[in-house]
Order: sequence, then C-alpha cells, then structure tokens
Amino acid sequence: MKAGTMEITPKRRTRETYLKGAVRRLKRDKAAVGGCVIIAVLLILAIFAPFTTPYDPVKQHYDELLLSPSLAHPLGTDQYGRDLLTRIVFGCRYALLIGVGVVAIQLAVGVTLGLVAGYYGGFVDSVIMRITDVMLAIPSVVLAVAIAGFLGGGIQNVIIAVGAIGWRAYTRLVRAEVLSAKEEPFVEAARAIGCGSMRVILCHILPYTLAPVIAYTSLSVAVAILWAAALSFLGLGAQPPTPEWGAMLADGREFMTDAWWIATFPGIAIMITVLGFNFFGDALRNALDPKMERRLR
Amino acid sequence: MVLVPVLFIVTILISSLMYLSPGDPVRVMLGFRAHEEAVAKIRAELGLDKPYYVRYLKWLGNIARGNLGRSLQRNEDVREMIRERLPATLEMAVFAVIVAVLLAIPTGVISATRVNTFIDNVVSFFSLFWISMPGFWIAMISVMLLSMKLNLFPISGRAGPPWTVEGLRYLALPGLILGIRQVAIISRLIRAGMLEILNEDYVRTARSKGLAERIVIYKHALRNAMIPTVTIFGLQIPELLSLSVIIETVFAWPGTGRLLVDAVLKRDYTLVQGIVLVYALLVILMNLIVDLLYAYIDPRIKHE
Repeated sequence: MKAGTMEITPKRRTRETYLKGAVRRLKRDKAAVGGCVIIAVLLILAIFAPFTTPYDPVKQHYDELLLSPSLAHPLGTDQYGRDLLTRIVFGCRYALLIGVGVVAIQLAVGVTLGLVAGYYGGFVDSVIMRITDVMLAIPSVVLAVAIAGFLGGGIQNVIIAVGAIGWRAYTRLVRAEVLSAKEEPFVEAARAIGCGSMRVILCHILPYTLAPVIAYTSLSVAVAILWAAALSFLGLGAQPPTPEWGAMLADGREFMTDAWWIATFPGIAIMITVLGFNFFGDALRNALDPKMERRLR
Repeated sequence: MVLVPVLFIVTILISSLMYLSPGDPVRVMLGFRAHEEAVAKIRAELGLDKPYYVRYLKWLGNIARGNLGRSLQRNEDVREMIRERLPATLEMAVFAVIVAVLLAIPTGVISATRVNTFIDNVVSFFSLFWISMPGFWIAMISVMLLSMKLNLFPISGRAGPPWTVEGLRYLALPGLILGIRQVAIISRLIRAGMLEILNEDYVRTARSKGLAERIVIYKHALRNAMIPTVTIFGLQIPELLSLSVIIETVFAWPGTGRLLVDAVLKRDYTLVQGIVLVYALLVILMNLIVDLLYAYIDPRIKHE
C-alpha cells in the first residue's frame, strides 16, 4: 500500500488538471466553439428581441399578407402579415425558456431519484428502477402527448409534459455514479466523522456525480426543444399567436404551397438551435470524460 | 426489464392520467355549459363517483379481459378502434426498421473502416444534422419538395397494404423519413462499436492468418459490434414509435399515433388510456423480440 500522503498529492493534482484539461479540450474543439457561439447568439437575441427588428411579433397587418422575402422583410411575412424574422427572433425566448424549464424539472426529479436509489439501495432502489423502466416502456411522445393533452396545452404544460418524461437518463446516470462513489474512501471518511445521510449525499456524493450530469444537460436541452416543438406542432403546446417555432410551423402548414418561407425558416431556427446544443453537449461530454474521447478516436 | 411490476406501474400511471386535468375532467370534456344530468351520467359511466382504488381495480379487471371500454366521443369499442388502426402503425414501423438496418450497417462500417476521412466526416456531419432537425419539419419539407414540387410521392394518406404497389407508394416517404432518423443514430453506434473492436487481438489474428478484409470486417468485427448496437436499438424502439406519432399526423396516416393525437385533442379519455396501454404493450413485446435477437447474434448468451 502507498502511504497516505502519496495518495493525496497526485489526487489533488489530477483534480486541477482535470478541470483545466476539460477547458483546454473544449477550446480546442471546433464543434464546442461553434455550439457556444450559437448558444450565445441565441441568448443575445432572446434578451434583446424587441430591439432587433422594427416589427411587432403578434400584431397583424392585413395589407402585408404572405409577402415573399425582401429587404423590408428578410424572411417574408406570414398569413397575418407579421414579419417572420421578428417572430423567429422572439421564438428564441420560448425555445430557451422551454429548454431551461424542462431540464430544471428533469434535474430535480432525475437527480433526486438517482441519489436516493443509489445511496439507499435495496427495496427503495428497486422501486425507483422499476419506475424508470416504465418510462422506457411508454414511448416518450405518446406519454408527453397524453400529459400535455390532459393538462390542457400551453407552454407551461408543455414544459411539465416534456420534463415529466425525460428524467430517466439522469436517474440512471446519477445512480451509477453514486454506486461507484459509495465505494470511495472519501464517503467512508465522511461517514466516519459522523456526517448524516443528508450531508453525505448532498455535500460529498452529489458533487462527485456532477460531471456526467452537466455533460448531459446540454444534450437534453436539445432534445427538450425538439419535443416541445413537436407538441406545439401537434396543437398541444404554445397556442397562436405565440411566436413559438413549432406552433409557427403548424400555423404555416396550410400555406406551404404558396409561401415556402413560412414552413422553412422556423424549422431552420429549431435546427440551428438544437445543433448548437448538440455540438456543445457532445464536446462537453468528451471534455469532461477524457476516457470516452480516447475510446471513440 | 422486469415485466410484471413494470406493467403494474404502467397501469397505475395510465389510470391516473385523467387526474391531470385541471378541475372536473367530465366538465372539461363536455364543456362548461353542459347539463347537470349529462355530467352525472358520464360520471357514473366512468365510475368517477366511486373511490380511486375501486375504479382502478375495475379498470384493471376490464383490461385483463381485453375490454378497453368505449370511446367517450364516438361511443365505439376502443379495442376495435385500435385494432383497425394498429396494422398501419406497425407496417410503417417495420418498414422504417428495415430501412434503418439496410442503410445503417453499411454506413457505420464504412465510416469505421475509413476513420476521419472525408466520407467519415460527411456521414458524421449528416447524422448530427439529421438528429438536430425536428422530425415533423423534415416531413413537411419532404412533402413540399418531393410530393408537391416533384410529384415523386403521394402527399398523404394510405392506399392499402404495403405489398401492393399503390400501398408501397404511399408508405415510402413517411417510412423513409422515420427510418433515416434511426440510421443517423444506429450508424454512429456501429461506428463506435467497430472502432473499439477493430483494435482487438482477434481481429489482428484474423487478418494475420490471411482472411479477406471483407470477412474480417463483416464476420469478425461487425457481428460483435452488433451486440451493443442491438441493445441500443431496443432502447430506440420507443423513440421510433414516438416519432411515428408525429409522422402519422403530418402524413394523415391512419394509424394509432394519429388516433392518439385526435383523441387527446378531443379529450377522449378512455381512448387515450387504451392507446397508451397498447403502445406500452407494443414496446414490451418488441423488447422481448430484441432479447431473442441477442441469442441469435451472440451464441454465448444461449449457453448462460
């Protein structure tokens, strides 16, 4: 066995280089930088939406119906004469709101259940794991459609519906991390100096599980935005005239033949956004989990 | 997946879905100006005047005997409605799986054997793009370009069983869109699995004893790479059915997915419960099939 001091010194050094290494790997990764830029632009557009274009996202102009893209309206206008670019810019707000809201719910439910299942084990663990299996048995959109429908539509209910179905991955992720953390000497040490279960879970085990959880959040924001857009498209989410991208596509569907821009640009907006979070999420996962990077290359 | 407890929790979940409705579900269903009598009648029909566990057990007893109740909006037998629509959904799903397998295996193998070349990068980039596009939007754009502009495919609907030419023509576009989505996911998995396996000793052995590269790749490497892929593919089945709900809606495909969306929009609670249950059973059944596939791909599993 190595002496105690020998153990501690290399540990601390790997911890520092781990974070630094993660940042270094992120900066080097072109996809990560690209994803970061997309997310930053999205944030700026969402915050400064009213100042980006001279038009109103909701007010209807009956003398400007279905105008094709031009200098005045770079992405054209919709069937109510509203500037499409303005609506898409305002849509950033909803996309981010949905992404953050959904992931917050998923984290709250998923991480809590994962911590409890992993830490206590036994009967509690098997009950929680059976519940996650159920989430696996019912197709996510089927369940989300049912939940959103029963709750009665609207953005808030879409966030709840999508949040209610996607937490499974977090539970499994955190549970696995907790199981390996429980074997570590630092948990034993915490218990030995008399920490209660709550303290051990929150102060010692939770931080240990964070890296894979953080890596996964960006990817699940991407999935959340896709699902929420789909629900809105089905008429169960954001209701017109809300400038939400999925609802805009549903709204513009009838005019697809005459006005291709209505059916095209909101979809591109969704794609770029999701691509940004996917790029960033992939890179984040590789950066936080160097083993995986080596394995894949 | 442990079947019985999972099914048990599924039924509890489905039977309590109705409680999500804000306020009285019957009021919501009939509208707020409905007559008190009508409300009372429906409530008695649904058994809403009894406590939850009584209703749950009664419902459980009914579904155990294959009775899914009657549609609240159309007063038809839910089981019959689902049985009418299910073949269309299954047919699209099976078509998509075939497309996915036929395209994903070569793409995954090609990108794994030519790592970091132009082809590999194109495939990776395309997959990421495809995964980032909303399925319903791909469907809309395809209809706009391929059906409306180029007249290659019918716009929507279903013409008949897939073994007729007309039926296949209508199935092709929605089935392809559903399948290519899976290609993007599966080919990445095969690539990752192959990359790991191509470094194994037995692959080097196979090469050094002079086997043709084709045999090394397809017989030694691919077969082993398929094991984790089949696992993920099993997990991917619910995703496929999820997307099919949306694709069915875009293409007016007369399957259970569209029935579900209609039922939800019309607040037809019994129909929604029936469909969700059927989807859950479908996923569980397909997972069983995947488990059987393991034994075929990996003979070691049979011996255990």
